[in-house]
Amino acid sequence: MAEVKDTATFRVKAGLAEMLKGGVIMDVVTAEQARIAEAAGAVAVMALERVPADIRAAGGVARMADPTKIEEIQGAVTIPVMAKARIGHFAEAQVLEALEVDYVDESEVLTPADESNHIDKWAFNVPFVCGATNLGEALRRIAEGAAMIRTKGEAGTGNVVEAVRHMRAIQGEVRRLGSLDPAELPSAAKALQAPLDLVRMVVEKRGLPVVNFSAGGIATPADAALMMQLGAEGVFVGSGIFKSEDPERTANAIVEATTHFDDPARVAGASRDLGAAMAGIEIAALGDDGLIQTRGW
Amino acid sequence: MTIGVLALQGDFEAHADLLAALGADARAVRTPEELSDLDGLVLPGGESTTMTLGIERERLAGPLRELIRSGTPTLATCAGLIVLDRQHLGILDVTTRRNAFGRQVRSFETQIDLAGMPGGPLCAVFIRAPWVEEAGPGVEVLAEVDGHPVAVRQANVLAVAFHPELTEDTRLHRWLLDSVSAPRARTAA
Repeated sequence: MAEVKDTATFRVKAGLAEMLKGGVIMDVVTAEQARIAEAAGAVAVMALERVPADIRAAGGVARMADPTKIEEIQGAVTIPVMAKARIGHFAEAQVLEALEVDYVDESEVLTPADESNHIDKWAFNVPFVCGATNLGEALRRIAEGAAMIRTKGEAGTGNVVEAVRHMRAIQGEVRRLGSLDPAELPSAAKALQAPLDLVRMVVEKRGLPVVNFSAGGIATPADAALMMQLGAEGVFVGSGIFKSEDPERTANAIVEATTHFDDPARVAGASRDLGAAMAGIEIAALGDDGLIQTRGW
Repeated sequence: MTIGVLALQGDFEAHADLLAALGADARAVRTPEELSDLDGLVLPGGESTTMTLGIERERLAGPLRELIRSGTPTLATCAGLIVLDRQHLGILDVTTRRNAFGRQVRSFETQIDLAGMPGGPLCAVFIRAPWVEEAGPGVEVLAEVDGHPVAVRQANVLAVAFHPELTEDTRLHRWLLDSVSAPRARTAA
C-alpha cells in the first residue's frame, strides 16, 4: 500500500497531548525511576539530569539532559518520553528531536538561553509543551507552535500555591473572555498580547485550543485532585514523587487521585499511609530572584 | 441510549463529545458500577499501559469482558484496540504491536478506505499507533496501512488503531449507535 502519510501536522502533535489527558507525567532522572513511574501508571515521563528541587539546590546553569541518559530512559519504558530544552535554545530542541523524544518541554526550569525569543516551534516535527502563568502567555506559546500547555507553578518547591494561582488566572481569563461582546475581542487580544484568532478560538472552545496540564508544586494526591478540579486536564509531578519517602506508593496514589479527582473518598484512600511527602518550600522564602516562573516572555 | 466511555485516562472526552453531538448519552466509566445498564461501550485512545493498570486497580477486567461478550456493541480506538487483544482482556482474537509505526515524530494522518463503510475514505489520525500483528479466523480485517491491519471487526466489536474521535468524521460512532438500535440479532465476540 502506498498511503500518503502527513506527519507532524498540528492535529498529530496536539493529538498526543489528547492521549495523555487525565494522566500523570512524572520527572525521572534514571532508567530505574522511569520503570517505577511506568509501573505506577504514569502516562509519560520527563527525562531529566536532575529534578527541579535539585536544580534549585545546585544552582548554576541548568541545561538539556545528556543524550545517553535520555536514551537509557527511552530504552527502559514504552510510554512517551519527554525532555526539556532551555527557553529559546533551538539547538537543544534539535538534538532532542534527533533523539526522537516524544515531546519537547521548552522549560523555564532550565536556565533560559534567549531572553527575548522562544523557540520557533513550527519549524519542528516533534511537538512542544510550554509553561504559562496566564492566558496571554499560553496563547503566545501556542502562536509559536506549542501543541500543549502546562501552567508553570513554581517548580521544585512542593508548594501548590503558584500552580493554583496560574490555573485560576487562565480559567478566570477564559471565563471573562466568554462574557465579552465580539466587538470587544480585538481590544482584549491587545491587552492579553495574544493573536486575535487564538482569542476567538478560546471564546468558541471556552478553553485553550490545546490540552492544558498543571505543573510546578504538586506533591500529594490531594494536590493533584485540587488542580484537576480547578480545570487541569492532567498533571506533571516533578520532584514530588522521587523526593518523597516512598516514591512507588506516592506515584500510584497520585495516579489514582488524578483519575478519581472528583471523588473525595477515593482521594482519601489514595492519600493514606504514604509516608512523608517532599519537604517543600515557602514561596516568600525564595525572594524574587529565586522564582523560576518569571522566566519566559 | 447510553454509551459508556472508559474514562480511566485518555481522550474519553473527545469520544463523549462526538456521541453527545449524535444524540447519545455518554457516561464516563471509572468503576464497575458505572458499567450497569449500558447500551454500548467505547474504549478510547490513551496510554495502554496506564489504562491496563487502571483496569486492574478498579477490578474492571471481569465486568468489561462480561459486558462485551454479552453482545454490547463496542468501539475501540488505538489504546482501546490493545486493551482488547489476546494479551490484555482477551476479547479480540488478535495480537497487536504497540507503537508499531514508531515514536511520536513518525505519527501521521492519512486517508483510508474501510471495507463496508460507505461515504468514501476517512481521515485517519495515527498517534504512536499500534497495528494488528496477527488475527484469528473470526476477525475481519477492514483496513490496512503498510500491509498491516489497522481496523478489525469481530462480531459486536469494531477496533481501529487510529483516532476517529480527533476528526469531524462521525461514521464509526454512527456505526456504534446504529448497532445499538439494530434488532438484537447480535453475536457476541
